[in-house]
Amino acid sequence: MSPLKRIAYFIGLPVLLIALWWLLTLGPTNFFVPKPLKLVETFWTVWASDRLWTDFLPSIIRLFIGLAASIVLGVVLGVLIGTYRWLRSFTEPILEFFRAVPPPVLVPLLMLLIGINDQMKIVVIITGAIWPVLLNTVEGVRAVDPVLSDTTLTYRITGLARLRYLVLPGASPQIMAGVRQCLSIGLILMVISEMFGSSSGLGYTIVLFQRGFAIPEMWSGIAVLGLIGIGLSFVFRGVEGRVLGWYHGLREMQRDT
Amino acid sequence: MSTTNSRMSRKRFSEPLLGIGGILLFLLVWEAVPRLGLVSARFLPPASTVLVQLVNYLGQASFWGDVGQTMFSWALGLVISIVAAVVLGLMIGSSRFLGRATHSTIEFLRPIPSVALIPLAVLLFGIKMESSLLLVIYASFWQVLLQVLYGVQDVDPVADNTAKSYGLGRIARVRYVVWPTVLPYLMTGVRLASAVALILAITAELVIGSPGLGKQIGLTQSGGAVPEMYALIVATGVIGVLINVGVRIVERRVLTWHPSVRGEGIA
Repeated sequence: MSPLKRIAYFIGLPVLLIALWWLLTLGPTNFFVPKPLKLVETFWTVWASDRLWTDFLPSIIRLFIGLAASIVLGVVLGVLIGTYRWLRSFTEPILEFFRAVPPPVLVPLLMLLIGINDQMKIVVIITGAIWPVLLNTVEGVRAVDPVLSDTTLTYRITGLARLRYLVLPGASPQIMAGVRQCLSIGLILMVISEMFGSSSGLGYTIVLFQRGFAIPEMWSGIAVLGLIGIGLSFVFRGVEGRVLGWYHGLREMQRDT
Repeated sequence: MSTTNSRMSRKRFSEPLLGIGGILLFLLVWEAVPRLGLVSARFLPPASTVLVQLVNYLGQASFWGDVGQTMFSWALGLVISIVAAVVLGLMIGSSRFLGRATHSTIEFLRPIPSVALIPLAVLLFGIKMESSLLLVIYASFWQVLLQVLYGVQDVDPVADNTAKSYGLGRIARVRYVVWPTVLPYLMTGVRLASAVALILAITAELVIGSPGLGKQIGLTQSGGAVPEMYALIVATGVIGVLINVGVRIVERRVLTWHPSVRGEGIA
């Protein structure tokens, strides 16, 4: 495909949709749907101001702390549980239960136990985002190639070296799949944790706009959340390309043969 | 052979036992922490209190009414999003042009968190069930659509060409070539979507206040009815487990002919 054609495919539909949106809002002002230009304008005035420092940045920092903690904790616990068979049977039913609890219902509970503060919001993110990482790590560690596992044993590669060169790389495709899910859940929980009894943050601001019927402002908040989601998946794809480059190459070779 | 057999049976016997042990230990710790005063029982009631409350709930019609509301918006939202995603997915997947043209838009819309739509849902529908439905459908639609698209890509070109040369029409090929290939992917999507749909159904009730279990949790929390709140949270967990198990059973049923399920049976 020529680059020109590729660009046309990439922006074709979005341009068409925006044109449609513009055309449909040309007429009398609709209360619920702002005009495209108006939205861009609002977006700029609302978010390129103090809000960037008081609402946007703290939310993002909490999100990153929460995500980093869930990934680290999830991988560490997952490697432990995946390595020891008895530990896996011991914890499996309880983990199944906790994974099945919809994480937002833990917000009222954690508000009670911790209070309404930054720690609570971070813990909310962790309690929801850790499960995909943890369970995928367990599965990944279990599914490590037995031949490679026996080979490392024969060469007496044990302990940390075994972890570094066999278990973690072997489980990394599964772990990354878990991380991908954990990003979107973490973002959802960041917003929800701020919708309860909070006085700052993205979730709070958006609800505030909606309650005050500041419709274009509300849409601009929705757009910010969308952009964060897109940014996260973009960063993730970059990291995944680096970490799993070897794996995708291997898969491609296997497919060709 | 006899040694391996006895080892197998011992393993099978001890694994559920260990699991039950894990649950018991967890309940014991939960019971002990408030009783020893490590955390005030006002904030964390002992396990026995919560379980008694949960059993109490099981006898109340209003509790089942809330469960019914939640499950109704869950099921309706899930069905709508699955049908929409399958139809759109088959359409987009079967045409090269549509696939390329929609790729960027799908990649753009998919990561938008569904909770971002909460204010919109409140504006449009208020605290009615439609608010929950909007969130549930948006969240689960993408899970299913992506899997269907993967599935359509996975169709064996040789099989498709064979069907073509035997004169099968477009619809017959979708039915006999594309559909069996897509089905395992679709079931994965349904499994993911059913969990996400429950999360969003309860979130909507909790945050927006549309009727259901989530709303009750919010009410018990603001009313300071702590054991009741814990009991309801445990109830949502149980519902989640039941949904997971149920979907897995359906998946096995639907895919009995598929090598992945048949292989598991032998191993």
